[in-house]
Order: sequence, then C-alpha cells, then structure tokens
Amino acid sequence: MTTYRDAVRTALQTLLREDDRVFLMGEDVGRYGGAYAVSKGLLEEFGEDRIRDTPLCESTFVGAGIGAALGGMRPIVEVMTVNFSLLALDQVVNNAAVMRHMSGGQFQVPIAVRMATGGGKQIAAQHSHSLENWYAHIPGIKVLAPATVQDAHDMLLAAVEDPDPVFVFEHQMLYGIEGELDTTATPLSPWKAVIRRSGTDVSLIAYGGSMHKALSAAEELDKGGISAEVVDLRSLRPLDRDTIVDSVRRTHRAVVIDEAWKTGSLASEISATLAEHAFYDLDAPIERVCTLEVPIPYAKHLEEAAIPQVDRIVEAARRSVGDG
Amino acid sequence: MTLDISRDHALGLLRDMIRIRRLEEKSAELYSKQKIRGFLHLYIGEEAVGVGAMHALRGDDNIVATYREHGQALVRGIPAGEIMAEMYGKANGCSGGRGGSMHLFSAKRNFYGGHAIVGGGLPVAVGLALAVKMKGESRVTACFFGDGATDEGEFHESLNLAALWKLPVLFLCENNEYAMGTALSRHVSDEDIVNNPPGYGVPADSVNGMDVVAVERAVHNEAELVRETSKPRFLELKTYRFRAHSMYDAELYRSKEEVEERKQDDPISAFQSRLLGEGLITQADIDAIEDDAAKEIAEAVEFAEQGEWEPVEEITRHTYARDLS
Repeated sequence: MTTYRDAVRTALQTLLREDDRVFLMGEDVGRYGGAYAVSKGLLEEFGEDRIRDTPLCESTFVGAGIGAALGGMRPIVEVMTVNFSLLALDQVVNNAAVMRHMSGGQFQVPIAVRMATGGGKQIAAQHSHSLENWYAHIPGIKVLAPATVQDAHDMLLAAVEDPDPVFVFEHQMLYGIEGELDTTATPLSPWKAVIRRSGTDVSLIAYGGSMHKALSAAEELDKGGISAEVVDLRSLRPLDRDTIVDSVRRTHRAVVIDEAWKTGSLASEISATLAEHAFYDLDAPIERVCTLEVPIPYAKHLEEAAIPQVDRIVEAARRSVGDG
Repeated sequence: MTLDISRDHALGLLRDMIRIRRLEEKSAELYSKQKIRGFLHLYIGEEAVGVGAMHALRGDDNIVATYREHGQALVRGIPAGEIMAEMYGKANGCSGGRGGSMHLFSAKRNFYGGHAIVGGGLPVAVGLALAVKMKGESRVTACFFGDGATDEGEFHESLNLAALWKLPVLFLCENNEYAMGTALSRHVSDEDIVNNPPGYGVPADSVNGMDVVAVERAVHNEAELVRETSKPRFLELKTYRFRAHSMYDAELYRSKEEVEERKQDDPISAFQSRLLGEGLITQADIDAIEDDAAKEIAEAVEFAEQGEWEPVEEITRHTYARDLS
C-alpha cells in the first residue's frame, strides 16, 4: 500500500529522473521537504538546481514557471495552498492561459502547477477554501483533481507531459490515505470521469476529497436498500459531460457534491449541464451538497458543519429517491 | 563631443528610428479611419530607446516587451506588414489577429510579446532567463517596462528572485515620466528609480533615452555584463512620450506647453542634426531613408488590406494544443 503523498513523490521522482527539462519549485519544497512533506528527500536526490526553494512571492514564482515553460523547460510549481494561489492569479489568467492564443499559436506554456485545497484540518478561513471552480472557469488551462492514490501519481505525469498549463488540486485531507499504486499499468485518460461504484437509483457526482465521502454515503445508502452510483469527475476542465449525463440517464437522479460554496460552483455547472442534456431523464430535482455560504470557520464542529459530510449526502440522496 | 560611430552604423540607427516614426504616424491615421481599433499606444518620442536597445542586443537574446512595443518588434525584424496586419486583426498578422497592437509576438525572433498587464512581463522574463541558465546558454533576456511597473509588487519580487538565483535578465525601465496619466512624482515615493534595484543586489544605472547612441552603448555594456556575470542588471532609460497614452487619452494631466517644450528634444531630429553637423551623412541620405520608409509603410498597409479575416469557425483555435470541444 502507498500513501497519496508518496504517490505524488514517486511521480515527481520519475519525472525528474527521466526528463532534464523538469524541475520543481515553490515555497519550502527543498530544505523543509514541502509543507505537506510531498517533496521530502528530493533536494538530496536532485540538488538545488532542480529542487528550488522560492521566496514568498507567488505571483513571481508562478510567472517564472510560465517563463521557464515558454523557454523550453517543464517546470512543476508547487503553491502551498489554493488560498495563496490567489496572489498568482494574474499570471495564471493573464499569461499562462492566454499566451498560446494571443500569440496565434506560436508559444505554449507546458507548466504543471500543484496545490493543496480544501478544508478539514481546522486551519480556518485563509487555508481551507476550495477554489478549483475559479480555475476551471478559464479557457486555456486544464484542471485535474486526483482523488485516489493511483490518480495522484498518474495525473501528475500527465500534467507535466501535457503541452498546455495544467493545475492539479490535491485535497489536503487526502495526503495520508493509502491505496494500491501500480506504476506499470497503462494510466486511464486523466480527462475522463470514472464510475467508482456502480448503482441504479441515484448518481453521486463528486471529485477530490468529497469523492471519498460520496463512496461512504453510497455504502450507507446501500444498507437502506438504495443503490447509489459514484461518479468521480477527475478532470474539472475539460469536464467529461458524457460520463455525467450517461450516469444520470441510467439512474434518473443526481446529487452533486462539491466542497466549494454552492453559488457559482462546479456543482452549479454540472446541474446546468444535466438540465440541458438530461432534463427528460430526471425523476427528481437535482440535489447539491456544497459548503455553506460562510468562510471556513476554525472551530471543529463549525468546520464540519460548513463542509459536505456523509450524512448530508445521504439525506440528499434519500430526498432524491423519495425516501427522505 | 563627436559621435565616434561609422556612417553605416549611424544610418542604421537613423533608419530604424524613422521607420518606427512613420509606422506610428500611419497607425494613428488608420486608427482615425477605424482600420485599427482597440487600444493603440504610440511610440512617438521614445524611438531612441527601442532602436538603441534592440541594436545593442543579440538576435538570439530574448525580448519581453510592453503594450507599447511596435518599435521593438519592428527593429527585431517582424515585418511592418505583419505588424500592420496584426493591428487590423487580420489572419496574416504576426499573432494571427488574436493579439492586436498590444500583443505582437514572434517565436522565431525570440520576441515574447507585447504584455499589457503592467509589471506582468517581469516574472515571465525571469523565468525565460531561468530556462536559459538551466540549459547552459549565454543568451540575455531583456525585459522592457515603464516607470509605472516599478510600483507593482511583481517588479520588486522579480528583482529579488533574479538576484537571488543569479539570472541573466536585463531590466530596461522606459521612464517616460507618466504611468498612463499619473506623473512620476504622484506614483513613486522616490522619483530616482535607480535607487530601488541596488536594495535587491541589482546594479542600476541610468541613461538619456533621447540619445540613440548613448542608449545603444549603455544597453550593450549592460547586456554584456549580464552575459558575463549571469546576474541581473537594471538600466533606466529617461524618455518622454510625445503623443497621448493611447488614442482614448485626452491628456488632461499634462499641459500642451510641457509637451511642446519636450518635443524640442526630438530624438530623430536631434540625431539628424548631429550627423549632418559632423558631416557623417547628407540631406540626400535622409531623403533616401524617408523614401524607403514611406514605401515600406505603404506596402505594409497594402499587406494588411489584402489580408484575410480568419474564419469564425476557427475561433477556438490556439486555446489548447488540441481542441477540447
């Protein structure tokens, strides 16, 4: 068994060993070993030139990653959390996303940016938010949210190999989970959603940290005789609309779970997609289980109440099947 | 003091300044005829900066420029026709009509654009220099930006990072005394811009940006020091914009008298006078350059006029390497 953290590190090692153009930079990725210990030991193996501790200047080190990518390198940039990445949004939106288009296809920005996202560790309103949907809104970049150990490994390899800028969101509660890692298997396409559990009564559509809660909810629902299907989105941009719509066409009910705030969320986008493409297949209103419209509180009971939990998913699914 | 340059060298510098001036005048005319739309920022008055700097840099050096980049683009070798077609929004423009006046690009000439977020090009230049250094190359990355960019956090962050990592970046600050409509004294606490970089360990100097020969020498010296030491340096180029910030600007923030007075220090007429005074060139040389420039610009307009509009069906091209839809 391998942890999610170790799977990301294994992918980093593979990339760094196999491609001289690859390097890692970010705050505390070197001496400290990474805020979430993902890059522990890499400085010793690959040296200062390729494992670069940056000053605390998100805009400039993400921008420098963009420049290095323009210049022919394959940079991997770690941003400590999604909240900090807001300081670099100018570089993301105004440079990484537009350089290929604005230059008429002359330049490309093959950068991979990794960052931690999500709540659950009682680190309050400046370290716990889920803003993946902000990134998924932007044409010109791609957004991945690995939920499993295997995806944590495979998606980073895919992100670095991709000719476009790819943002990888690692939910901070997942670094310690364990799972099987097969580094020899042919990876699934990172851009497709997958069915993690088959079911016939309701589709639970989730990604990242929430995907595991959806699986737990499906087990709970099973005890009450409700067969729930769990769709793991995996890629948030592009969004695999076909898999989502196909699942709901079979189950006729949808619960979308998203740790972002409901207003303007990916859950909203998925709900709209279902309304556009599966309206006549729906037997019940779409349910959304999202974070309450409040900055993530510090106190444990309040944080738990703010973000989606298994019981809320179960309740929403039961309402959907008329068993609420 | 005599110029101490050859006749051919002098003619080359003068020719490029005149080419830029005529390109910009024609652009203004075409803007009023609505052939060019959007924002148009003219380089008139600042030609000595772009020409001196671009002549001093090597062809394989990387260039990162601002939204006022027609001059640098032209001297770097992007044909006037492709620049004009880009401003028209035609498919034969140097960015395929996707960028416009503010976003001229040329991969084969190491011309990394045309950046219109003030200060946003600096981190990109730092990254380009990082790539150069990691690949063991000896190319300099020259980054143009205005005095307004020195207000931005990215300016300070970029100087720090370039110095910390010893990256071969030449920071070229085109100080035209106004951040759009805000005078230097109203947007920086210390108007002597060269005082900033040494705080980050970046040597800084200043040069008269209205003197093309002085600019060329200063940029050459600075660029070669960057190349030798693989460390960043900073050069302020003191200049002045004779035209409005953009075609939308009513210029309420400075007096007509101030602009007229500064126009007495025109970099082109001053250079012509010196060259004529020293007997390096004749009026016939100037006339020949003007004739060539007029022909080049007329051909550029024709190239733009004849260009095709990209079919709307291709609108999503160049968003990703492969279309995702």
